[in-house]
This record gives sequence, structure tokens and C-alpha cells, in this order.
Amino acid sequence: MRTFKIIVLAKQVPDTRNVGKDAMKADGTVNRAALPAIFNPEDLNALEQALRVKDNFPGSSVTVLTMGPGRAADIIREGMFRGADDGILLTDRAFAGSDTLATSYAISRAIAKFGDFDLIICGRQAIDGDTAQVGPQVAEKLNLPQVTYVEEVKDLDQKNITVKRRLDNGVEIVKSPVPVVLTVTSSAPACRARNAMLIMKYKHAKTVTERQVANEDYLSLYNDRPYLNINEWTVNEVDTVAEQLGLSGSPTKVKKIENVILQAKAAKKLAANDADMNLLMKELIDSHTIG
Amino acid sequence: MNNIFVYCEIEDGVIANVSFELLTKGRSLADELGCKLEAVIIGSQLNGIENQIYPYGVDVVHIADDPRLAPYTTLPHTSILVKLFEAEKPQIALMGASPIGRDLGPRVSSALFSGLTADCTSLEIGNHEDKKAGKTYENLLYQIRPAFGGNIIATIINPDCRPQMATVREGVMKSEIRSETYKGKLKKIDVAKMVSDTDFVIEIIERHVEKRKVNLGAAPIIVSGGYGVGSKDNFKLLYELADVLGGEVAASRAAVDAGYAEHERQVGQTGVTVRPKLYIACGISGQIQHRAGMEDSAQIIAINTDENAPINSIADYVVNGDVMDVIPKMIKYYKANSK
Repeated sequence: MRTFKIIVLAKQVPDTRNVGKDAMKADGTVNRAALPAIFNPEDLNALEQALRVKDNFPGSSVTVLTMGPGRAADIIREGMFRGADDGILLTDRAFAGSDTLATSYAISRAIAKFGDFDLIICGRQAIDGDTAQVGPQVAEKLNLPQVTYVEEVKDLDQKNITVKRRLDNGVEIVKSPVPVVLTVTSSAPACRARNAMLIMKYKHAKTVTERQVANEDYLSLYNDRPYLNINEWTVNEVDTVAEQLGLSGSPTKVKKIENVILQAKAAKKLAANDADMNLLMKELIDSHTIG
Repeated sequence: MNNIFVYCEIEDGVIANVSFELLTKGRSLADELGCKLEAVIIGSQLNGIENQIYPYGVDVVHIADDPRLAPYTTLPHTSILVKLFEAEKPQIALMGASPIGRDLGPRVSSALFSGLTADCTSLEIGNHEDKKAGKTYENLLYQIRPAFGGNIIATIINPDCRPQMATVREGVMKSEIRSETYKGKLKKIDVAKMVSDTDFVIEIIERHVEKRKVNLGAAPIIVSGGYGVGSKDNFKLLYELADVLGGEVAASRAAVDAGYAEHERQVGQTGVTVRPKLYIACGISGQIQHRAGMEDSAQIIAINTDENAPINSIADYVVNGDVMDVIPKMIKYYKANSK
């Protein structure tokens, strides 16, 4: 039976869905440090689709590729705890300030270094920007077809993949040759939980930078168990053109950032009692807003 | 050259609402810049379709008509837009932030190395001074959108790359006819020259399009629930109120993510934008992504236990209390007061 090499593109994002009280500073600006960093939700949906292919085609491999600061290695370990085989952290100051296009370029170059693959699967969009651009742009850079809004892989064989797309007003069943880039939407099945055996196996998995600060007693571990090495690629490991990276490779620039500070408008304050509710409904009927 | 281009989407043989909205915005930007408004329509059996959009002030319509171009697939539409833009050099290109626009836009921007800003809530023309480079740019497109979970509003520009590309969601911009008698010029695209066989490697095996069940955009009254409603079961009370008042039920992203309501009911930056006569926000804290989708409502009632919820600051009425307690009273006193 054929096996498949799958790359899952993932992003570590601030958890903007759980903005707690301490997430905003007194001056109304965002306290980024107070937001937990998580595996981008739709990238977990993507990982699940990849793991299902691996379940169906034993011997297939799933590699998590992420670009970000050193701490983004956390989501590679998270992926390994759920069934990914290995991971690549693409990290370098040269990538800082990248917009979606410069990000896609850097990722596409890392994929070129990775070598042969059959599928690239990523979330439709990340919750910190909601742009949904990196998947299609990586596909374009690699000159591959793309299928976005994927909910399910229906069929996969030597040459073709058939998937179900979930759109605003319906579904589409689409057949594409492989290799292809798929972006997976949040209505796809949730990712399986961490596996206790895999947590035991991979809890010491580290990048080379993380190993430098680890206890020396453990260092021999990484020679004996090569699967504990998370690949860490800097700009030197990847064949890139400097002008296309980071700020200089980003056609979009941020001109201005405004923090959202609310100006209260004079609202009528009402209590949840009968008198106030009676008054409210009367007013709305009298003003022909309702009724 | 240097005109504004709008990619028009087709739904069941008619131009999609979002495209009319973009044409309207594109017309006013073109007036400000003193340039022309051009539209691109790609599909099959498009005879006469240009007449649907001329009244919006379209000066030139480019039509690519070929049986292979409908329904939409990524690669041929990308090839046509990329080649057309290379030849026509638009300064601005707009498309809907729909499943089609969000599939096509990034691909085109990557091929042209031009910047794309997704889900803009406002588009303006303005200048920019790059102090470091000592350069001044005139008449750039300010692409304005909430970011970082809606806690900030970012203004994005593309100083050096063209076209300046942006996507906008349906309902965010207004749709307005310029003149019923406005007439533009039709230009047929030679499809064979723009696409190659390899553009057709993706095959649509089955397509099942459902009519929209809910039409939030047209509802005069919207009863909207947030995470604070507490459960899918509690949402039933919202349906009851909506039923009594003759409105529709909507939800915040948090409520949709929690499974309390269907995705198509989501109001906000990543959902639908609405402007009803009355918006009743139940258990919604009112993060800016949500407010972006409803703040133009004529009247807003916020029902919530948190006196400091951001939604209260844009509300006309703030009811401090539990949704489960307040809604039955609203229903009771609506019935009591209406004849």
C-alpha cells in the first residue's frame, strides 16, 4: 500500500477568544503577555485530517511545520503528543515583521528544503489575523493546486485526493491531483486528544536552542533517541532571497494602530423588574420600533 | 491604466450582493482619485450580464465567458486575473471576502507580489510619508480593519506594490445605484489566451448549493445571543422573543463556537454585518469584532449581568439582569402593550 508524506502548517497564536479582564491594561491597550499562546484552532482541525490519513495508510508520516519565535516549539510538541511524527521550527529574526506574503515565501522555501511530500494541510485561517491567506499563497509559491474550506478527506489514492468543501451556502466534492495544499475549516472534526504514551515518548523533545539550556545529564538522550530532536531551521538553513523576507518582503505595511477605547454613550439603564420592562416595551411600541 | 478593478462574483446567474457593494465603494473611490471603475466577470453563459452592473457607475466591464469557467475553480480564475492585471495595471483591486474571494485573492496577490488586506471594514484614500526613506506617497488606499482579536484597529497600506488589493465582507459597504442610464464599455477576454490545460486539474464532482435559510441582512429586528446565554437550550427563549417581535435570531462568534447557534447566524467581523431597526444583544459582552457587525443598528438593547460589558457603551438601553429572567418579561409586556 502506498504511504503519504504530509506536512501540517501550524501557527502559535494568542488566544484572542478568551480575552480575560487582565488582557486589557488600564489605558485600554492590549496586554499581550496576559493572553495564553495556543495551537491555532483550525490548524488542529488540519492536524486531525493528516492523522486520519496516517491511520488509513500505515507508514505515512506527519510533520508539523511552524514559523515563529523559539517558544513556538510548544505547538510542535503538542502535535507530537497527538500523533505527529516530527516537527520543524522555522525561526530567525530575519523573518520578523513578515506579512502574509513574506510568511508564505519563507514557509514555501522551508518546504522546498524538506523535499518530497504528498500533501500540505493547514487551517483555513489563524484567529489572530483571520486573513486566510497563507495557505493559498504557499500553494501559489510552490506552484501547486489548492483546495480551501476542506471539511473532510473522502478518498485518497496514488494520484488523486477527493475532499468535501464546506462553503457558506452548501458543499462541494472536489477531486485534485496530489501533491496539493488543503486548508481545513473549523466545521471539520475536532483534533483527537493527547495520547498518554506519546506524551511520555515526546515530553523531552526539544529544539537545539532548547537543548542548550537543558540539564547536561540529559544531553546523551538526544543521541540515543533521535526522534526527540525537533528540527530548528534559521535563515541560514533555508535557501532564500533576503529581499523577500521580513519587512522588506512584505508589500503591506501597518500605517497606524489604534487601540479600541470605548466612549460610553448615554444609555437608559433599566433593571430586570416588571416596571422597567413594561416601560421599555411601551417606549419601543410608541416609537414604532416594534409592533 | 491605473484604474480601480472589482472582481464580480456570480450567484445563480446574477451578480452577488457583495459585488454590488464593492462596485458602489469602487465608484466613490474612483471619483475621488479621478480614475475609471472597471469590473471583471468570469464565468459561463454571461450574455448581457454587464447590464446588471452598469448602473453602479462601471466604465469598463471585462468578461471571460467559457463553459469551463463555471462553477468557480481557483486556477483558471487566477490565471485570468493575473494576466489581466499585468496588462491593465490597476491601482486598486477589490473582491468579496467570500469563500471565492478568500480563495482567489491571496493566490492572485502572491502571483503578482502585491499586498492584500483581508476583511476590511473601511476603505479610504490618503497620503503617507515614509520618514526613513524620505518619500511621500499620495493617494494610497487605506485598508482599515480590526486585528488582534478586535482589540486594535489597523490601517494597512501598500506603498510600493500594485494593485493595492483588499477584500470586504458582504453587508459592510452600502450598495447604491449611480444612475440607471450609466453605460460603460464591454471588453471580451480571449479566454484561450489566458488559461492553459493545467489550470483545469481540479474537478468538481458534486455541488450542492442550499438557499440561505436565514437572511439576517433583511431582518428589521434581531435578537442576538452571546456566550452569556449559557446553552443551546437557553437559546430557545431568544427564538421565542424573535418570533413574537417578528425578527430573526443571531449570535456572537463565541456562541457559535460553543455550538449554541449555527454559523450562518453569526454577526460580526467574521460573520454577517447587520443594520436592523432594533438589535437586542443578550448575554453578549461586545468585543469589537462583534460590534463591527451591528453598531450601525438604529436602536440597541443590551441585556447582561456585567455593568461594564463593552456592549453597554453603544447601547440605547442597558438592562442589567439575567437573560433568562428578562426575556420572558419582555414577551409578557410586549403582548400586554400591543393591540
